[in-house]
Amino acid sequence: MSEVQDYGSRLSDPNSRKMGTFSYLPELTEEELRSQVEYIVSKGWNPAIEHTEPENASSHYWYMWKLPMFGETDVDAIFQEIEMCKKANPDNHVRLVGYDNFKQTQGTALVVHRASIKL
Amino acid sequence: MNTHTSPGKYSAGVKEYRETYWEPNYTPKESDILACFKITPQPGVPREEAAAAVAAESSTGTWTTVWTDLLTDLEYYKGRAYAIEDVPGDDESYYAFIAYPMGLFEEGSVVNVFTSLVGNVFGFKAVRALRLEDVRFPLWFVATCDGPPHGIQVERDKMDKYGRPFLGCTIKPKLGLSAKNYGRAVYEALRGGLDFTKDDENVNSQPFMRWRDRFQFCQEAIEKAEAETGERKGHYLNVTAPNIEEMYKRAEFAKEIGTPIIMSDYLTLGWAAQASLSRWCRDNGMLLHVHRAMHGVIDRHPKHGINFRVLAKMLRLLGGDHLHSGTVVGKLEGDRAATLGWIDLLRDKFVAEDRSRGIFFDQDWGQMPGVLPVASGGIHVWHMPALVAIFGDDACLQFGGGTLGHPWGNAAGAAANRVAVEACVKARNEGRELEKEGKDILTAAAKHSPELKIAMETWKEIKFEFDTVDKLDVAHR
Repeated sequence: MSEVQDYGSRLSDPNSRKMGTFSYLPELTEEELRSQVEYIVSKGWNPAIEHTEPENASSHYWYMWKLPMFGETDVDAIFQEIEMCKKANPDNHVRLVGYDNFKQTQGTALVVHRASIKL
Repeated sequence: MNTHTSPGKYSAGVKEYRETYWEPNYTPKESDILACFKITPQPGVPREEAAAAVAAESSTGTWTTVWTDLLTDLEYYKGRAYAIEDVPGDDESYYAFIAYPMGLFEEGSVVNVFTSLVGNVFGFKAVRALRLEDVRFPLWFVATCDGPPHGIQVERDKMDKYGRPFLGCTIKPKLGLSAKNYGRAVYEALRGGLDFTKDDENVNSQPFMRWRDRFQFCQEAIEKAEAETGERKGHYLNVTAPNIEEMYKRAEFAKEIGTPIIMSDYLTLGWAAQASLSRWCRDNGMLLHVHRAMHGVIDRHPKHGINFRVLAKMLRLLGGDHLHSGTVVGKLEGDRAATLGWIDLLRDKFVAEDRSRGIFFDQDWGQMPGVLPVASGGIHVWHMPALVAIFGDDACLQFGGGTLGHPWGNAAGAAANRVAVEACVKARNEGRELEKEGKDILTAAAKHSPELKIAMETWKEIKFEFDTVDKLDVAHR
């Protein structure tokens, strides 16, 4: 049996903050992210982009980037909007939401860009 | 259209039930409550007579004719046995379908419906054994019940969890921890990445840990884990109590300290108390987790009792946001097709008749919210691919031993489960087949997670492959 290891999560370390689905996996590569965007599109969900300053990430409401992209099924167009949002808000976390209007909730939400946090 | 005809002359004595209660030509009405019973009659009792007897004894009938029968419209009020079917693979028993008119029941009262349907009739001598397999609740009845206090969508929004199953863990040992040590176990599991931890069903307010102390320490654990991870967390604080006044007292305190979710054991607490607690939860913005302790007494015997699918429908009507449903893959009983049937009955707006899953009737839930099925009992990371495939996103997967038994402790155990569920969801979304490729998916994820790697080494050989006692009825002898 291996030696017991410490679990290194700290209140004092902002990098210990997690952000929902896939935040316990290594950052998705562009190709992996593309598959997830394709999944959102294939479910018929409406993509939407949100962003926030890291210190305000625990709020339900992040800033909405423009409006949800209703009916958008072009994965490249969704990627472009993510890039625009990142450029306009360089120190922010950015997440992609898939709105499911039949279930009246978010089908999924995943952080697509994690701002670097300086201690 | 009722025409007013006289009921005729009063004639005392015992009539055969089938003269009155067996109507093979009857077409059930949309407003009828329909029931499917599995009847095992006493030797020599004809099928129609036993079916009619069940219809009679669960509705208007008594053993002899009484003169007051003639003061009402028994033709309207009686239950009718309208069909009989063979049970596949069983020569002794058969299904009887019975229709009950809406006027027999109090609106919104699950208690009243079941006092009729599974009342005295279950002790009736003409049947040797009797099992209620399914009940169709008409829309008028569904709409008069409160249903879940919040439902799955509201819970997702309140807890801010999307696109994956919820993860939970029951704190062990079941009994005997002090409140402060118990809170420690909660804190560790939550900081490691679980969404919820849970009181065990029989954790109430014993001398070793009184409820108030437990609530306070658990709340501190939740708040610290939330601050540390930036995610929303909860612990199902069990408010099951010896009496209703005490139950409300505990629920009010839970609300006062700002906890997001409480729990109850609906079968031992009692159905009326469950309905009241659920209503309180809606009024107070509190999520309600529901445990099914005692269900095995009622639902396990294949020829007698009440099938769990009926108990599941009942809970959706009484109200609760979560209900334990069985895991299919863990240490507890549960046929796969039957489990798939009742998790749909908990979650979906409409469920069609499907005998391959043990569903005897279409069930329309109207606008009633869904209940989140909870898979709990003897499961660990190796079961994750199958669990995500079976349950999909709208479920809570609970790993007790599978979190707390991790060689590095609860936080590492929790992280292992969280990494595993996210890896499975990611793979599923990419179009991969979880049950075939589960091992590869987990092995790849473990490369980035020492916690998952150790969990996989610890539980590799554990399997639960006992045969199920309560199987669906199929002709495979």
